[in-house]
Amino acid sequence: MRATLLVMAKDLRQRVRDRSLFLLALVVPFGLAAVFSLVFRGIDAQAAPTIALADRDGGPVVTAFAEQALRPLERGGVIRLRPVAEEREAREAVERGEADAAYVVPPGFSDAVTEGRPATLQIIGDSGQGAYIARAVAESFAAEVRYVQVTLAVVDGGTFEGATLVPRPVAVEELGAERRQLSLAEGFAAGMAVFFLFFTVQFGFSSVLDERRDGTLARLLAAPVPRTAIALAKLLTGVVAGVAATAVLMSASALLLGARWGHPLGVGLLVVAGVLAASGVMALVATVARTAEQAGNLQSVVAVLCGVLGGVFVPVQQLGGAFAALSLLTPHRWFLQGLADLHGEHAPAVAPGPTLALLAFAAVTTGVALLRVGRMLRP
Amino acid sequence: MAQDEILRCHELRKAFGDLVAVADVGFAIAAGETYGLLGPNGAGKTTTISMIAGILDRDGGEVLVCGRPHGPSSTWGKRRIGYVPQELALYPDLTARENLRFFARLHGLGRAEARRRIDEVLAVVGLTGRAEDAVKEFSGGMKRRLNLGVGLLHRPPLLILDEPTAGVDPQSRNAILESVAALAGEGTAILYTTHYMEEAERLCDRIGILDLGRIRAEGTRRELVALVGELDRITLTVEGPRVVPSLQALPEVRAATGHEGRVEVMVEDAGRALPRVLGAATDAGVTVRAVEVHEPNLESVFLHLTGKALRD
Repeated sequence: MRATLLVMAKDLRQRVRDRSLFLLALVVPFGLAAVFSLVFRGIDAQAAPTIALADRDGGPVVTAFAEQALRPLERGGVIRLRPVAEEREAREAVERGEADAAYVVPPGFSDAVTEGRPATLQIIGDSGQGAYIARAVAESFAAEVRYVQVTLAVVDGGTFEGATLVPRPVAVEELGAERRQLSLAEGFAAGMAVFFLFFTVQFGFSSVLDERRDGTLARLLAAPVPRTAIALAKLLTGVVAGVAATAVLMSASALLLGARWGHPLGVGLLVVAGVLAASGVMALVATVARTAEQAGNLQSVVAVLCGVLGGVFVPVQQLGGAFAALSLLTPHRWFLQGLADLHGEHAPAVAPGPTLALLAFAAVTTGVALLRVGRMLRP
Repeated sequence: MAQDEILRCHELRKAFGDLVAVADVGFAIAAGETYGLLGPNGAGKTTTISMIAGILDRDGGEVLVCGRPHGPSSTWGKRRIGYVPQELALYPDLTARENLRFFARLHGLGRAEARRRIDEVLAVVGLTGRAEDAVKEFSGGMKRRLNLGVGLLHRPPLLILDEPTAGVDPQSRNAILESVAALAGEGTAILYTTHYMEEAERLCDRIGILDLGRIRAEGTRRELVALVGELDRITLTVEGPRVVPSLQALPEVRAATGHEGRVEVMVEDAGRALPRVLGAATDAGVTVRAVEVHEPNLESVFLHLTGKALRD
């Protein structure tokens, strides 16, 4: 372990001296955070979509929908709710761009729901974030209504009022994980964090190839230290740099952008898991290369490809079925998913699924890389 | 194993695919002895010492360091070897002291001991005044000296030097050669590879001539020269009566010829024969104006053994 720490300290000192660590861990993340701050400050407030609600029913179900589903989202800054009187008014608001989407509740909606008959909640709006959110909220509410209907059928002599006292199985704010959303600025900051993370950690393992090119690998191999200590040191150097860079970027985003990343424990675990996964992937790619230059090129290609597929530049929801499925093969997707899971008022303290997925990435890629490292540790 | 034997290698073999780089190489080095591996580029010198240093896995053979088997995973053996690679194995962004400190600590020296040894080594390689400068600011010769210094930090009983003077200026080269000679004088066993014949002749107690991965001949310079049957030549510039018959009568002299004041005398060992030759000339009543001694060198030995020049 002593040798590992010595090599790590030397590598980090080198990176500090040649300013590459400074650039990757501080300047680029801070620079990006500052750019995000300038570009997205105010946009987020505008970006919270306005959803109009035309209540032509006036019954208890609609009241419950507005108070229990829509108002909490409004308080959370996810939407802005604009009650309107008529369907025509709602449609005009959407057409004029004053609202991103609108709900139209037809007369008799509450009665139909409470009597177990089919009821339709209309949504106005084509595409975009507002319509997407409106649809997601409505679908979730519909699911809840179905649950209440089942409860009514089961509870002997139950009434609608009685059934609503039954604890809600799904809160609107606790939508399925893939539907939870980061704000625009948070999404970009998180995307850039994981994107640059891959470039930050890439020098770790591939510095074995740098050492070979510069002739120092022979001297390291001649030193009385196990080869595994050298490989481990290279890997951990990337991990340390990656954790530092990501922590800086996320802290800067929180300070400059007001980003809320979620519970520190969950975010910390996710970041460490993400860094381990990124280090593993980059290490594996490095073992395929013959030279440091080749490794750098391959790693850049992999980092960009994974970034694109993983939803760094375009949200996964907008990528479509095949791409969305492919995105599951990238650490980026799981990292962003984890941050989304941790986001929001009632979010859990940890995101076990994404964290474990990232750790699985790390275990597999690092394991294979270490199996192949012997061919790199030659003079 | 001899009492003071530091290194013994036996039947070392290494192939890269179909190319046999080293085949059945073996030799031994005692404490205080400098052993030269002499051969042209591509002869297998670096591959041989890489296996001895534990950098490269060998396909066959055995290496003993201080009597113990040694290989890539032998940290015991590596603590007893100082390795100075042919390439400059230094970190240019770090200072000379930081480079030395890193390798000293990597070789297991404690902080205080490392500090002391670093100062000593800096003095040995003449870089005390540049200790805090980044290596990237050094001249080629200074880098070479520091490269050598790294190998000395942990006071290894065996020092492996792979062409340590390649591409350095004459002044630095001389400094390096003097340092190596001094280390041998202090009892360090030195394995020295070079394709500079003069260095091998100046430094090495014994020389192995390596070509195409095999040791073609081994011995002291004189033994190698004797192996190919070449004689030393003493040329006298003289004035006075004929001296050739007197010289031919000396037991050390194999042949003597004279022409217009120049006498050429062929002997086995010029160093030993010269006093007798001069004495005989004086006894014969001639005045010796000049003396030249020509000893056959390793270049001619190499040419004889391999059919090619050393720098081919």
